Amino acid sequence: MTTDSSGNGPGNGKDNDILLTMRGLRIEGQADEEWQEIVHGIDLDLRRGEVLGLIGESGAGKSTIGLAAMGYARPGCRISGGEILFNGIDLMAASEEEKRQLRGVRISYVAQSAAASFNPAHKLIDQFSETPVQHGVKPRSEAESDAKVLFRKLQLPYPDTIGNRYPHQVSGGQLQRAMTAMAMACHPDLIVFDEPTTALDVTTQIEVLAAIKDVVREFNTAAIYITHDLAVVAQMADRIMVLRWGDLIEEGTARDLLANPQDPYTRDLLAVRTFAKDHNGDEKAKTPLLAVEGVTASYGNSVRVLHDVSVSIHHSRTVAVVGESGSGKSTLARAITGLLPPEAGRVLYEGEPLPNALEGRDKEQLRRIQMIYQMPDTALNPRQRIREIIGRPLSFYFGLTGAEKENRIKELLTKIELDPDDFIDRFPGELSGGQKQRICIARALAAEPDLIICDEVTSALDQLVAEEILKLLQSLQDDVGVSYLFITHDLATVRAIADEIIVMLQGKVVEQGPKDEVLHPPHHEYTELLLSSVPEMDPDWLDGVLEKRRAANQ
Amino acid sequence: MVGDLIKLIVKAPWSARFGMLVILVYAFVALFAPVLTPFGESEIVGSEFEPWGEGGFILGTDNLGRDMLTRILYGARNTIGIAFVTTCLAFLVGGIAGFMAAALGGWTDQLLGRFVDVLMAIPQLIFALLILTIAGTSVPVLIIVIALLDSTRVFRLARAVAMNIVVMDYVEAARLRGEGLWWVMRREVLPNAMPPLVAEFGLRFCFVFLFISGLSFLGLGIQPPTADWGSMVRDNATLITFGDITPLLPAGAIALLTVGVNFVVDFFLHETSGLRDDH
Repeated sequence: MTTDSSGNGPGNGKDNDILLTMRGLRIEGQADEEWQEIVHGIDLDLRRGEVLGLIGESGAGKSTIGLAAMGYARPGCRISGGEILFNGIDLMAASEEEKRQLRGVRISYVAQSAAASFNPAHKLIDQFSETPVQHGVKPRSEAESDAKVLFRKLQLPYPDTIGNRYPHQVSGGQLQRAMTAMAMACHPDLIVFDEPTTALDVTTQIEVLAAIKDVVREFNTAAIYITHDLAVVAQMADRIMVLRWGDLIEEGTARDLLANPQDPYTRDLLAVRTFAKDHNGDEKAKTPLLAVEGVTASYGNSVRVLHDVSVSIHHSRTVAVVGESGSGKSTLARAITGLLPPEAGRVLYEGEPLPNALEGRDKEQLRRIQMIYQMPDTALNPRQRIREIIGRPLSFYFGLTGAEKENRIKELLTKIELDPDDFIDRFPGELSGGQKQRICIARALAAEPDLIICDEVTSALDQLVAEEILKLLQSLQDDVGVSYLFITHDLATVRAIADEIIVMLQGKVVEQGPKDEVLHPPHHEYTELLLSSVPEMDPDWLDGVLEKRRAANQ
Repeated sequence: MVGDLIKLIVKAPWSARFGMLVILVYAFVALFAPVLTPFGESEIVGSEFEPWGEGGFILGTDNLGRDMLTRILYGARNTIGIAFVTTCLAFLVGGIAGFMAAALGGWTDQLLGRFVDVLMAIPQLIFALLILTIAGTSVPVLIIVIALLDSTRVFRLARAVAMNIVVMDYVEAARLRGEGLWWVMRREVLPNAMPPLVAEFGLRFCFVFLFISGLSFLGLGIQPPTADWGSMVRDNATLITFGDITPLLPAGAIALLTVGVNFVVDFFLHETSGLRDDH
């Protein structure tokens, strides 16, 4: 159990153990009819049975390199230079046919979104068997019995019959494990995992991580594990390569790199999430800014997603709502804004009841509650300039026009730390993810609201960028005294920014109170599960947690 | 803006440039027909069916002794003009109805949708013939009837495109801000629905154009003595039996414009869809 990660270090392997070699790998991508280099000469060695972690933020080239290990470049990309040797076969020189023979049999791939990667029209077992049967590795009956063995190893429920289900009939975490099983179907020498747990909840992530780790170890499969989360890679990898903008920043065994990072960028990545707000004090006004009282809501007539939820938010405070996907936290936001009028219960604003439905509220009531979304890409109209996006609430709520409006837009842009003259006439497509989210914040601020509902605002961003956004939100709160209702599944974010925490499970509030109270034992058992599932940088963390849970179950 | 346009033209393949040239020439001819033509639109200037080049008639004369070239140039103005106005009207009606159906949903969507289904269930040409026979064949009636019939197709497309847009967060943000329906449709939905709608506009224009020509050929479209390519084919059809290709000239003019518009539309679709050729 403890021998693997330290024992398999690069010093121990012999040269004939090397499975994959890349030398001076260069990959170009096409942008605006021009080829630009996006990976600048990467060297990589992978031994049999070794797990290599590729880590970096979006745009670091990690997925591109992962796919290059299969001799594949995405449409719009091309491998322009270097050498890729897989088991002595030169993938650059190999014909498409030869590569097709390797893929799925000797090298396989696990994609980030299993839900999007499975064909919804075929049963799991049919999709599992396709590769081995098509490649003539084994007959259908053998493939099916293999599938059951692998499903059991990956701890899927009902391993003997789950294969007869269609992809939409199993959960996201189960689908991700089924995809790992599929990748193992021909017992390949190498599996490329491309962010396999990024789309999953923490409590599901830990199960998938444990399953992948077990299977890879048992079959002595080499793996390239791609992720942006250092804590995850710490659990999985023997060796880690840190990438940025297509260059290698640092490389080392997992333990060395985490304990003793050399490059400043690696240190930044490790230090991420150390931000914490100052204690805001506990004095509260008598009447909360917003009070949700016994709200029950459902979609359509059948599915009830909120059961008797009561929440109160005070002036200049941040209330974090945590829970897994499906826990009803986003629905709570929709009930507050009036997009989904509650069936029972009411929403009070400074003691006055708000009309349930959006249509019943007046301009002033709408102005005082604003919202920021998870995906800044879809929250900004791609065909409007920043000037119009931020300017519209100004003219809509306050009737500002001309120079007055322009000055206010520039003032807001300065507040969110973007250069007004540079950004005011850009389209959202000309901004990075973090900048887009800043524009969303400015749009919300333009209405001068008392409460901003933040729905997973940092989940789609890289960690360093996310931290900057949290700092910005905090400084705005100190500055203008706005309250936040912060919806998230990420406990690190909660630790950083919350004053109070509400834990939700299946549409009910299971625990709520000031941050220190909720985060310190004794907790509700679900809070405990959530808290203990957040990966830590310690490479022994996963094994430790699993050990503890096993002991607790006996 | 002008710079972008020039860049676009430079980048365009030969087919699209050819299409643009054809459209420009047609537009020019339609605008300046009175200046370009040697005779009046319905002026009888010679005997019937004069051959090409005789008596100063470059393309001869038609069944009533009117100059063929003059009629073709004026025909561009009438046929294209009416088709253009009709298509614009169809898009205005169909587009607004489609966006409304998508943005409001519920009963509005059901009512509009089923009404369109009823209209579409009746074959378009037969329905048009029926209404034109009842209501008479003046140009305004022609435009309104064809525009309404065609707006059903536009409605379908506009609704489908807008359906995907109204679920975006930025539309929700606008609704949360308290924006009215008209603003949401005009500022949030329309700019994002433009590419497919413009492409459809090009195709729809061709269909309307052919439809009007077809109706004219049947005698229920643009009425004599107004020059129109569809009726010109019919008027001079007898010449074909003598091996003379003159009646095919207006038909050729229709075909050329249709091909040209389609080239440009194809190019535009390719540009805006962001499709990238596989390497």
